[in-house]
This record gives sequence, C-alpha cells and structure tokens, in this order.
Amino acid sequence: MEWEAVIGLEVHAQLLTRSKIFSGAPTAYGAEPNTQACAVDLGLPGVLPVMNAAALKMAVMFGLAIDAQIARKSVFARKHYFYPDLPKGYQISQYELPAVARGHLDIEVDGATKRIGITRAHLEEDAGKSLHDAYAGMTGIDLNRAGTPLIEIVSEPDLRSPAEAVAYLKALHQLVVYLGVCDGNMQEGSFRCDANVSVRRTGAAEFGTRTETKNVNSFRYVEKAIAYEIERQIEVLESGGRVVQETRLFDPSSGQTRTMRTKEDANDYRYFPDPDLLPVVCSNDYIEAIRRTLPELPAAKRARFESQYGLSPYDASVLTGEAALADFYERVVAASGAETKLAANWVIGDLLGALNKAGTDISGSPVAADALAGLLKRISDNTISGKIAKEVFEAMFAGEGDADAIIRAKGLVQITDEDAIVAAIEQVIAANPGQLADYRAGKDKLFGFFVGQVMKATRGKANPEAVNRLLRAKLAG
Amino acid sequence: MHRLTIKELSAGLRAKKFSARELTQHFLDRIARLDSRLNAYITVTAEQALAQAQAADAQLARGAGGPLTGVPIAQKDIFCTRGVRTSCGSKMLDSFIAPYDATVVRNLHQTAGATLLGKTNMDEFAMGSSNETSFYGPVKNPWDPSRVPGGSSGGSAAAVAAGLAAAATGTDTGGSIRQPAALTNLTGVKPTYGRVSRYGMIAFASSLDQAGVLARSAADAACLLQTMAGFDPLDSTSVERPVEDYVAQLGAPLDGLRIGLPKEYFSADLEPRLAQCVRQAVDELERLGARLREINLPNVGLSVPAYYVVAPAEASSNLSRYDGVRFGHRAEGAASLEALYKRSRGEGFGAEVQRRIMVGTYVLSHGYYDAYYLKAQRVRRLISEDFRQAFTEVDVIAGPTAPGPAFALGAKTSDPVAMYLNDLYTIAANLAGLPALSVGCGFIAADDTPAAPALPVGLHLIGDHFSEARLLNVAHRYQQVTDWHTRRPAGFE
Repeated sequence: MEWEAVIGLEVHAQLLTRSKIFSGAPTAYGAEPNTQACAVDLGLPGVLPVMNAAALKMAVMFGLAIDAQIARKSVFARKHYFYPDLPKGYQISQYELPAVARGHLDIEVDGATKRIGITRAHLEEDAGKSLHDAYAGMTGIDLNRAGTPLIEIVSEPDLRSPAEAVAYLKALHQLVVYLGVCDGNMQEGSFRCDANVSVRRTGAAEFGTRTETKNVNSFRYVEKAIAYEIERQIEVLESGGRVVQETRLFDPSSGQTRTMRTKEDANDYRYFPDPDLLPVVCSNDYIEAIRRTLPELPAAKRARFESQYGLSPYDASVLTGEAALADFYERVVAASGAETKLAANWVIGDLLGALNKAGTDISGSPVAADALAGLLKRISDNTISGKIAKEVFEAMFAGEGDADAIIRAKGLVQITDEDAIVAAIEQVIAANPGQLADYRAGKDKLFGFFVGQVMKATRGKANPEAVNRLLRAKLAG
Repeated sequence: MHRLTIKELSAGLRAKKFSARELTQHFLDRIARLDSRLNAYITVTAEQALAQAQAADAQLARGAGGPLTGVPIAQKDIFCTRGVRTSCGSKMLDSFIAPYDATVVRNLHQTAGATLLGKTNMDEFAMGSSNETSFYGPVKNPWDPSRVPGGSSGGSAAAVAAGLAAAATGTDTGGSIRQPAALTNLTGVKPTYGRVSRYGMIAFASSLDQAGVLARSAADAACLLQTMAGFDPLDSTSVERPVEDYVAQLGAPLDGLRIGLPKEYFSADLEPRLAQCVRQAVDELERLGARLREINLPNVGLSVPAYYVVAPAEASSNLSRYDGVRFGHRAEGAASLEALYKRSRGEGFGAEVQRRIMVGTYVLSHGYYDAYYLKAQRVRRLISEDFRQAFTEVDVIAGPTAPGPAFALGAKTSDPVAMYLNDLYTIAANLAGLPALSVGCGFIAADDTPAAPALPVGLHLIGDHFSEARLLNVAHRYQQVTDWHTRRPAGFE
C-alpha cells in the first residue's frame, strides 16, 4: 500500500522594524555581542515591555496579504521555560488570540495551483543566542537578538510532498520580502522554518503521529529534511514500529534528522495573558489604512506582467521574483520604449546572467535601469546591432560608461550607409574569386562565409540586414 | 524638624530656618541613633542624600524648586535606584546595584528634588504582611518593638512612624501599604491601578501592584502622590489621564458625601474594639456632612482565595528571571545548567517566596489553568462588578483596614493562611484596581492585660477609579477634627 506525507510548516520571520518589539534598542544584525540589548531586553528587575506599533503594522500587512482575518483584539501571553538566552524566563508571544488568523497562500507545483491554508500568524519576541563554541568550557550569551520582533506563521497541514513544502516556503519568503516586512535572509536567521511531518496510508482519514524538525534554514535543507523524515517514518511503520511524537533536529552534514527531545521532556509553557501589556486593539480604520499602503503582491504582479507586457508565464515569473527586479524591468521598458520581449530578454538573459556571475543581485547591479534602457534604444534605432550590443553591455557592466559613450569611444556605430557596405562587399568578392565561383556553381552554404568576411571587413559594424540583402544581390551577379 | 509636616518643612527651607543639608543630616542622625531598634532601613544612602540636599539648597537659593525640594524621604527597596543596591528584601538581589531609576524615583528625586535617605526594609519581593520574610531580618513596630509593623512595606511604615523619614514610598499588591499604615498610625494610600508608573518597581503581581505613599497625614501623602502620579510611556498599563490637584482639594467640604458601609465588613466577626474605632470614625465623617448607608458587596468574601491564585500565578512568572545567569545570586559550583537554576533559586529565595512560586506554577499548569487561574479571574470580575454597582450608590466605601492591631513577631509565621487573612479587607481594592487608603482612627489595647500597650488601628476608605483626590480630601477633613495622626510612638518623639 502507498504512503502519503502530511506536512505543515511553522515559519519565524523577523520583522524589519528599526527597534525591538518591546524596547527601544536597535535590531541591526551583526553588532558586538550584548551591545544592542537595553535593560528591557536584559530582563532586569522592574523593567516593563511597551509594544512597538511598527511590528503590529507589519503583522497586519502580512495578514491582509494572505487574505486572513485581522484580530480586532489580540492578546500577548507569556510562554515560560528556562534557558540562559531567554532573559525573563518567559517569551512574550501570542497564544489564544493571535493578531492574524485563517489566511491562505497559493502555490504552483508542476503547473498546478494549490491553495495552502495558514492557520495563524502571531507576534512574538525572539530570544538571544547561546554561543557554545566561543569560550572553552563555557557558554556565551548574546542578547542582541533578544526582543527582535517575529511573526510566527503556522500553516495548515495541507502540504503533501517536500516539493510542495518548498514551493510554499518560497512563496511565503517572496511575499514577506515583497511586503518589506522581512529581509528574508535565511543565513542570518531572519526567516527560519520548522517542519511538522507525519505519514499515513493514502486515503486514510486520520493523521499519523507527527514529528517536528527544528530550524531547517535553507530551501534545500527543508526539502532534504522533510524527504528524510518521510522515508524514516515509513521505514519505522513498515517494520512494525511506531512513530514517536518528538522534536528532531536536522543535521545538514549528514542530511539526517535526529531526536532533540521527546514529548516526555516537553515543557509545560504555562501560558497566561501578559499582565504588563494591554490587549492589542485594531480598528477597521486602522486596518483599512494599512490595506491602502499594501504594495502589489507577487501573484498580481505576475498576472499583470503577462497581460500588460505580453510576456510568457516563465518570463513574468522570473521578472516578478523580486519586487526590485520587477521595478527594474518596468523602468527599462518605460525609459527605452523598447519592445517588451526584447527588454525581458536583456534583463533575464544578459543582466541576470552577469549579476549571477558577479555574485550579486539586482540591488547591486552596476548597470542602472536607465542605462540599460539607453542601450536598448541604440538597438531599436539601429545604431548598433544586437551582437555589438553585447559587447557594449559588457563594457557598461565593467563600469566604462553609458551605452552612447562606449559606442562612440569604441567606434561601434553600425554602418547603415549602403554605398559603404557595397564597397566592402565588392572588395570581399574580388579577394575571393574561387569561393565566388563555387557559390555560383550552387554551393549555397558559402553565403555564410561571405557574410562573415564582410562583417570582418567592417569590424562587425555593418547592419546585418543590409549586408544580407546587398550581398545576395551582388553574389547573384 | 522630624515632627514637621511636609508643608512646614518646605516652608522652613524656603524661609531659611534650616537648610536642606541640615535637615537631611538631622534625619541621618536619627537613623544612625534609632534604626537599630527598628531595622527599618536596608541601605542608608547618606552620601547621596547629602549631595542631593546640597543641590536642593542651591536650587532653593535661586528661588527655584518645588514643594518637595530638599524634603528627606525614603524609598521602599523595591524601586530601582541607579547606583544603589535594590534588594527587594531578598538574598537573590543582595548584590544587585540597579543601573537605572524607577519612574517613581526619577519623579520624586530628579524632578521634584526630594532627598533620598535610603532604601527601606520589606517582605521579600513584597510577599508578606508582617515584614518577617525579609532576608534582612524583621522590622519592628515603633509602637511596640515586640510587634510587627505590618507588611510588606513595613520598613517604610516604621521609618515614617518613628520620624526616620518625612514620608516614604510603598507598594501595595494586596494591602502592603494600607495594612502597615494601619498598624503604625500612618496615612497610607494605594492609588488606582495605572495611576503611578510601575516602571522600575520590581514586580510581584503585575496586575495588582501599585506604588503609593506612607505619610503621617493625608496632606503629606497628597504632596508626594502629586509628584508620583501620572502617565508614563514606559508602563503600558499606566493611564493617560490628567492628575487632579490633590493638595488643592484637601479642604473641600464633605457635605452630601455618600459613604457606604459594606455589611460584609461589619459582620459579627469584627473585633468589637476595632469595630468601635471604625464606627466612631465614620460617625465623625457623618458629623462633617457625609451620609452613611449600608451596602452589599456580595462577592468580596471570595477576595482572599481569588487573590492567592492570581498573585502567586503572576509572581511565579515574574520571578522566573531570577535564574543566576545575568544578575543576582548565583550558586557556586553548579555542575549543570539545571543545577545552577535549582540551587541559585533554592538558595536565593526564602520560604514564603518559594511557596508562592510553587502555588503559582501549579495554578498555571496544563490541566489546572482553567480550574484555578481562569476561575479566579472570573471571581475577580464579579468583585469588580460588586464595586461598580456600589459606586452607583455611594462615593466612598468605609471599613476597617486590618482585622486587628499589630501582632507579636513570630505569632503568625508558621501559619501562612492566618497571615494571609491580615489582608482580608484590603485585597478587594487591588483585585478591582480601585484607589484606597488607610487613616489612623484610634488605639486599642493589644490584649486584656492591664499593662498592654495601646496600638493603632486604621479606617479603610475605598473610592471609585481615579478618586484619589476625594479619598485624600475625606482623610484630611477627618484629620482636621481628630488628633490620632499627631500621636507619636514613645521613644521616637
């Protein structure tokens, strides 16, 4: 009999607020340990939390973007456990009344669209970090991260394969980055994923016992960890065993998951409403004002790129992968007046290729949208050929100036003067009598040879269309 | 000088009858001479006090400053005070030097220019009604040093009653200002929840804790509260609402004031001599123009059990941060993280604190939460509703503050429930977030023996939310026609 996997993801996304969720300390990553932790973050006696309104606004933006219910009243609760990087002995989170509930996100897998339910998204504070390797025989505690705002986004168990899980995670990642609520940096831990996995017989109504795999911090690891966990659980069940409900840890070096803690030593978190914070109340006006500030979302932008620019689904999807790239493309089209497909080819093929090779992304592009538009204009007005344009682009990417300057400096202006082209053709024909005879005897393939010779003689600058036309006429005699 | 009211002290300073430095030195001398009999102070901040006094003198010389400039007061050792040990009466924080000022401390000293004499003794983490749970030893009642001063603000009460400070701050979670005030013949005010910032006040039970004042009169209390009260953006539960002029309203007439006497507070259980004092006090108020009427608070009888679920629950959470990792007591030589936690907390917390952490942990635990914590919160709403209803009929509710006068040291330490019942009358105001005060209303003999000392008892007044001005007004008018508040304990005149 066949097995079916049931997967739900819990994603922690750090919100891009300037200060922490309950204190005024800055949230920037990478500072010296404990330099971005104030009395509140340190959990000193007597301190009190005050909610950062920007964090709530971002949670509401996210909720609106997934078409969820925004709680008119949400409540912060304390989640208790002892750990050295948790200064107060409890984490301020949301429990019974989260800020956002019941939304959804559409994903595409193998050309089909699937709607994934999002149970809830709640606001909470991040913990600090324990540094186990920094000091021999000791553990260091860095509380810079303590109090960084997070939204925890909990999906329904609607995912059925590692591929679906990754597609969902990528769509979610794209969304939070689009919204500007998270920088999406998985290496720095700004976007972290825990995976709940169980398996059951295909067609079974009940879920199997699930495990939770913690902190799988790249798309590839998520796919590997889930695939491994599915295999492991099927093996356990097929050999007559039982899956134990537990928390597991993914080890990227082995590609395996291993037990971290079982249900028996799970904490009783003793949630109760935090008496230091008032319930968070969102009025309709507040929510609607935020709705008006929402940017165009990835799915809508993709659809618009297809219809407005006549692009293929693939091109539209690549160009709208990041909001910055989509903006770049639209600026190129607007500034160049070039054909949209030509612009798409240049952005996707040449620009992204070069950026990739240079190890950067669109925000680090040495060629600005206006500059690329300048190049496309010269292709459109026949100043240069597409082939020469590649050479010009390379120079632009290397920082040698704008398209016109490079064309001028390198003398790359296309030769469109037909007399000049005819002169070159006549020289080539005169210099290659043998080939001419063969061509005229029916060796058509030699046409390419003559084109090459003419282009060589004009150093590539002759208008290819004119060369073809005039050469054919001359060769015919 | 220690017998003067705050108004007189301020006038004396302005008239240059004495300097702030002389005044401060006078109180420091009294502390040095007399506090060994009381143990009211945990830390005396003599050096800082004199420096603050000097600054106050400079300010007064320029004709600047306010009504508290140069007035020497004490802070309960629950308020974080920058650069000064802030112990909360616990071994856990014996080594804790606060790196910042509580808003109350900032308002009273930085802004208003009062002089800080020191930090007063208290029950450990404010958990107690006798000041016997302090790591620094019990405080003794100046009216009879064999007896307790009440708690948890026992050090502040003893210091003010004995003239070792002009006034002092306290905190009140279930009666911790009002009960000691009653037991030491002071005026003790617990404001409306949210009226005074809790920022920098070490938390016991966050939804009940409120800072207030222990003073020798309602007028003195009004002076301090005027400065302490107000919205604080650092405390989300503080209320953005203008502060009334407490001092200006002290003398308002009481004509037509409706005073409710809850049947539940005047039951047959009430000690007859205490009942008589309270009755005489409300009769006095009636003579001043108030109208008395009996009222019902049908659910107040559930206050103590509800409180002893909610308060320990919040305490167990609030005290989680004392783990030996970042500050406070850390056990030596713990072999594992778990051992570090267990031993640091086991060594750092006293028995009563540990008892409440255990109770609180239990009532928040999975499977018990609904039966205890949620039910207690429902009871709390019922009690609030009782008061809401009562305040449609009356302006102020009166009764006894504590069930009896000061008891002997050690008398109730082995029976937690007997100790908890000391707050029988005061707890409901915390559960409902209402302002309340205690004002001395007479003396009764400690027992039936002929040599028994006379001990003070208090009248308890509860008002509707944000009616502090009214409560202080009633207490002040009462003190204008009575002289209980002018009496001083023998040996501390």
